[in-house]
Amino acid sequence: MASYSTNEFRGGLKIMIDGDPCAIIENEFVKPGKGQAFNRVKIRNLKTGRVVDRTFKSGESVESADVVEVDMQYLYNDGEFWHFMTPDSFEQYAADEKAVGESAKWLKEQDLCEITLWNGTPLLVSPPNFVILKVTETDPGVRGDTSGGGGKPATLETGAVVRVPLFVDIGELIKVDTRTGEYVGRAKE
Amino acid sequence: MARRPVNVDQETSAGQVDGRCNQVWMSTPDWKPAASLRTLRLRAELITRIRAWFSRRGLLEVETPVLSVRATTDPAIESFSTISAETAAGARLYLHSSPEFPMKRLLAAGSGSIYQICRVFRRDESGRFHNPEFTLLEWYRVGYDHYRLMQEVGEMLQEVLDGMTDPLTVSRWSYQELFLTLAGVDPLSATVNELSECLKGHGITSPQAMPGDNPDPWLDLLMTHVVQPQLQEGIVFVHDYPASQAALARISETDERVAERFEVFLHGIELANGFHELADAVEQRRRFEEENRQRRCAGRQVLPIDTCLIDALAHGLPDCAGVALGVDRLLMIAAGVRNIAESMAFPMERS
Repeated sequence: MASYSTNEFRGGLKIMIDGDPCAIIENEFVKPGKGQAFNRVKIRNLKTGRVVDRTFKSGESVESADVVEVDMQYLYNDGEFWHFMTPDSFEQYAADEKAVGESAKWLKEQDLCEITLWNGTPLLVSPPNFVILKVTETDPGVRGDTSGGGGKPATLETGAVVRVPLFVDIGELIKVDTRTGEYVGRAKE
Repeated sequence: MARRPVNVDQETSAGQVDGRCNQVWMSTPDWKPAASLRTLRLRAELITRIRAWFSRRGLLEVETPVLSVRATTDPAIESFSTISAETAAGARLYLHSSPEFPMKRLLAAGSGSIYQICRVFRRDESGRFHNPEFTLLEWYRVGYDHYRLMQEVGEMLQEVLDGMTDPLTVSRWSYQELFLTLAGVDPLSATVNELSECLKGHGITSPQAMPGDNPDPWLDLLMTHVVQPQLQEGIVFVHDYPASQAALARISETDERVAERFEVFLHGIELANGFHELADAVEQRRRFEEENRQRRCAGRQVLPIDTCLIDALAHGLPDCAGVALGVDRLLMIAAGVRNIAESMAFPMERS
């Protein structure tokens, strides 16, 4: 199994901690005037998303995690799994509910998502930063009101609910920032 | 002169700010200096002031070799090495990690009080406060003990930084008092178990590879993770380190549990390390051999002991105290930069 020395630690490196794949967020080298040096790192557990602090003796080796991020096209949901495909090799992968999590409400067929694979299995599904989705349900649009003040909830084709300006109508396409869940603007196909 | 007080956060909370600050120099093209021209001017000014200060006090400036066939055996320091045609076949030359050994040979030869400003080298030390190549100011005072030298370090810092920082307060703690107050544990009597529990109590997860029989790495962990982040602003002296961490200091004659060693912290940053210097050649050899034994046990390289230093001590080292101070860190504080790379024209990444 490949491993990394603390000298190789840097943000983004994937390592195994307590049997779980983790990503290093931040690495700080600390050393007293004389004596033992340490690497104090902030790591994100890629399974749970939790961020924890860990300290290693400098020079220690840590097992690497076989984690890669691949862009894949979202195909369909069969009720249990969400299916994705790599656009170049057409390999298909099935992600379970744990991997998809909150991202499910942004997934539209054919959109390109970033899939984090751990030992070849989808661990995390990240939707595109911006998605264009159709409004399926909202209060009738108020024509001419472009102030955007106040706003109203709108349900989108994927089931997501976002706040939109009053003029937005059912059947319209809107652009949403998936990182904040906020309406960005009206969109054309 | 710019006045810019530095706010030193705890290591853990500094992360995000760091990230942003680092980007400033990391995003400039590699050929350009990492430090601003303003900081480089301040570096020149700082070094000019240091030389003037030592000249006024009558210390002799000296230069000693950067390359040596002998190296420090300190298990916590890794020296760079190279091979040269000038030495015997296959013999290695080591880049010095501090000019301590040859400076002591000068003292034994009757130089009187001396100082040196030089580049030193330590492998595998990179981080917010570490660059593998850095500038050390080292000086020795004949006739001083470590208490008197601490006094002088305080005076030097206050005078050299005058106008560059807010006026500096000075406080002094023994290592034991400091640990009792800030960590709630007695460093001179606690067992490994007690130190481990203390760390847990402060929310620190200890590395798995910690030794079960040696308290020193545990004390180092407490120092860097619990004690140091709580140090007050200004100059803080910590003295009388555990005898097991004596390095090249004498063991106290009044309390054999402690060594006559001190460290200097400025705004929570470790800045200097000093000793009431060990002058006993037999004891010095014993410590070098013990360090090499530890290296051998850890499967690491055993290094050639500096026998010239041993011979000089056997000849007679005048009673003296010495201290080594990181000039780049001093500049970080004077310039108000958060990463040592920003105190240097070309840190390792762009050397």
